[in-house]
Amino acid sequence: MAEILSNAVILSRLQFAITAIFHMLWPVLTTGMAIYLVIVEGLWLKTKNISYYHHARFWSKLYVLNFGLGVASGLPMAFQFGLNWAPFSEAVGDFFGTVLGFEGTMAFMLEASFLGIMLFGWERVPPLIHWLSTILVAFGANLSTFWILSANSWLQTPSGGEFINGKFVVQNYFAAIASPFMVNSFSHMFLATLETSLFVIGGISAWYIFQDRHKEFFAKSLQIVLIMALFVAPLQIFVGHLSAEQVYHYQPAKLAAMEAQWETIPAGSSAAWSVLAAPNNQLEKNEWEVKLPGLLSYLLELKPTLTEPVLGLKHWQRQDRPQMVGLIYYSFRIMIAIGLYFLGLMLVSVVEWLRGKLTDRKWLMVGWVIAAPLGYIAVECGWIVRCVGRQPWLVYGKMRTVEAASHLPVGEILFSLTGLTVMYVIFFGAALLFGSKIIRKGPDLELPAPQMGKVKFVPDSRPAEA
Amino acid sequence: MEPLQPLQEFLPQVWFFILGLFLFLYVLLDGFDLGVGILSLTASSEERRSILMTSLGNVWDANETWLVLMGGALFGAFPLAYATILNALYIPAVIMVVGLILRAVSFEFRENAKNKLVWNVAFGVGSFLAALGQGFALGTVFEGIKVDEAGHFAGGVWDWLTWRSVLVALTLIQAYVLVGSTYLILKTTGDLQETHYKTATIATWTTLIGAIFITVSTPALSEQAREHLFNPPLLYIFGIIPLGGLLLIYLLLRSLQKREEVTPIVWTFLLFALSFIGLGFVIFPNIIPPSVTIYEAAAAPSSLVFMLTFVGFLIPILLAYNVYNYIVFRGKIVAAEH
Ligand code: HDD
Ligand code: HEM
Ligand code: HEM
Repeated sequence: MAEILSNAVILSRLQFAITAIFHMLWPVLTTGMAIYLVIVEGLWLKTKNISYYHHARFWSKLYVLNFGLGVASGLPMAFQFGLNWAPFSEAVGDFFGTVLGFEGTMAFMLEASFLGIMLFGWERVPPLIHWLSTILVAFGANLSTFWILSANSWLQTPSGGEFINGKFVVQNYFAAIASPFMVNSFSHMFLATLETSLFVIGGISAWYIFQDRHKEFFAKSLQIVLIMALFVAPLQIFVGHLSAEQVYHYQPAKLAAMEAQWETIPAGSSAAWSVLAAPNNQLEKNEWEVKLPGLLSYLLELKPTLTEPVLGLKHWQRQDRPQMVGLIYYSFRIMIAIGLYFLGLMLVSVVEWLRGKLTDRKWLMVGWVIAAPLGYIAVECGWIVRCVGRQPWLVYGKMRTVEAASHLPVGEILFSLTGLTVMYVIFFGAALLFGSKIIRKGPDLELPAPQMGKVKFVPDSRPAEA
Repeated sequence: MEPLQPLQEFLPQVWFFILGLFLFLYVLLDGFDLGVGILSLTASSEERRSILMTSLGNVWDANETWLVLMGGALFGAFPLAYATILNALYIPAVIMVVGLILRAVSFEFRENAKNKLVWNVAFGVGSFLAALGQGFALGTVFEGIKVDEAGHFAGGVWDWLTWRSVLVALTLIQAYVLVGSTYLILKTTGDLQETHYKTATIATWTTLIGAIFITVSTPALSEQAREHLFNPPLLYIFGIIPLGGLLLIYLLLRSLQKREEVTPIVWTFLLFALSFIGLGFVIFPNIIPPSVTIYEAAAAPSSLVFMLTFVGFLIPILLAYNVYNYIVFRGKIVAAEH
């Protein structure tokens, strides 16, 4: 403990981890649910069925709550690189800073400007303009995912230039933006936010259906969710699989940690997939292990035997490979389990729906309620695999995390670390409390449709939110 | 040092200007948000406070985003400055971030809370802390940051805390209260508006006093500032700015006296612009005063060009949809009908 408290690098890492993990909780819903809001509002415009309008209004209440927290927790992220990772910022700023600059100008401002209209502008702009604003908010949010994943993918597979005297000199900006991991990782993250949001919406809807409250209303959202999940859930597993393949090719040490594989499996042999294990970093082996024979060779190459070896952790020196093998190994498995659970739940629900029994199955609704928080867990696990698995590198193969940290007095970091942590704990609790309050209160089905006639020249008569 | 190529000179200058623009828009726009936030601490009833917060509901996020843009652009265009300045300003930056976080979350939580007191206080205190952190940061940059040859921060943990940075911080808070008051004059009616004519008048005087102290002590203190400023052409500019400032203050006080609604915020904005131009001249061509210039801290020319192609093209668009947002929500806030 004393060792941790006196080590500036460890404290900076801890602070980054805490801020990133906390930040990640909110954008998930604001990027994914935005797409859902575009859809229900579009349905309202098309069908003129007021129920869709009520859906848009109800879900956007949860949306704003998340938005506020997303913005609040994103701010420390934006400044942290300079505060705690000054040598990193200086070395890679030419590229990394450019991308963050793009994220701000292209994505954040778009999102922030049209959010006001989306939330408060129902009676102030014509319906089509309002819908356009919702679309722009959704687009902005997903564009932000794109840029941040481009930046992060570059950390995994740096490309488009060279490190000269410790400073990254960009030769081709487009190659750096489109680093080898970018397409896949962005797709996986895009689907992750969408899938998590779908199962949150579905879970909350199921909770109402289970209690027989507003059953008809929420059957509708559950059905929309189900139609979307039909595509998203299987696709996510496929894209996740592609992610694992690219890790196998570009970051073999990370793959070894994901699989808790200590010994190299030579080419030509069949590789088993481990389901459960007790990795021990000191002894450099698994204390015990449950394996499915042959599966790993199929997963990686679709063949019964490997054509390339799977390198084991011991292939690298201790200082050149990730240390927290157990964390990486289990995070990876939890993510996969959740992906499979989503798929199964979706399939069973579709079958029940075809039989016309979707909302009558209490056990099924319980299954959906359980699914609501799982997406978040999968997302955090995914990032742990990605970032912890990249260690000891910050920029893979080029810059170590230790070299990248600012030389700060420990007291300074402790000051920010405790301040942020205390706030995050309080805000997490408050967000749960207020979120559940919004949910318990339920949708306002009496809300009249916005009066579009008097859009022009009305004074700003938004009722003050007393 | 080798002579600079025209492009190597021009590009950092363009980026200095863009960063200045982002920072200016941030200070102006989030300035009134923070000012309103600080004023909300003195609001006499829950209804009044609701009106204050409603007036910000649709804009505070976009306004805050100018700061994020500034951060991103600084990181990309002057990586060294981004790293060194934030290192030097660790504690003020954290105070600011904590303040902005408090403000953002209390906005959302207050709306859902039964007991609003906690979040009312958090909102006001958050706004205050954000302004305070920014004031210290501004004061420190103004004062100068100690660096080694490579341009890395070489000072101490408490370097940012000097009597002059305290002075700048207090003045900035006054200025925010001023612009917040003039914004409320624009957005409210009746008693509430009257209150803010008064706060605006008081804040004008307190800001003026602070500004005079800062202006007078700038050349008096720093040798470099003196050399820089007391030679033409800066001498003339440095002479014109205080005069222009006094004229604007006169116009502002008169418009407040006459209970005009739109002109106070216009004069205040111009006052901010003028101070900003002055500040720009004092700092230029440094980016980490007093010793690291924009040319030394700049990213590679190819980076600056690449970023400029996209960001430069986007700036008018960003401005356009911000303006559109203000147009959609123009007019007064009225209290909810019960
Ligand atoms: C939750 C979401 C999340 C997001 C969006 C990111 N990361 Fe990450 N990052 C983590 C989750 C995470 C983590 C799981 O929290 C880590 C891994 C272990 C740790 O200490 O924190 C972490 C660590 C971590 C650290 C500290 C060093 C360490 O691992 O101990 C740095 C400097 C980065 N990452 C860099 C980035 C950058 C530059 C990102 C974006 C472009 C990024 N991470 C996105
Ligand atoms: C280390 C990486 C990251 C940094 C530096 C970062 C930075 C930020 C900042 C500064 C904000 C607030 C912007 C504002 O004022 O509106 C923000 C919000 C946001 N972030 Fe992150 N972020 C990171 C990771 C991610 C990831 C991985 C995603 C992908 C899903 C993401 C998605 C968003 C979105 C959509 C917002 C918009 C506002 C909201 O919904 O609350 N961010 N982020
Ligand atoms: C069963 C299927 C899944 C597999 C095989 C899988 C595989 C992977 C792999 C290998 C990575 C690491 C990528 C890297 O280090 O570069 C990853 C990351 C990630 N996973 Fe999954 N995953 C699956 C399901 C899910 C689900 C269901 C979610 C969330 C709803 C999710 C969310 C994430 C996130 C957020 C990341 C980090 C960002 C990224 O790489 O895009 N994954 N996944």
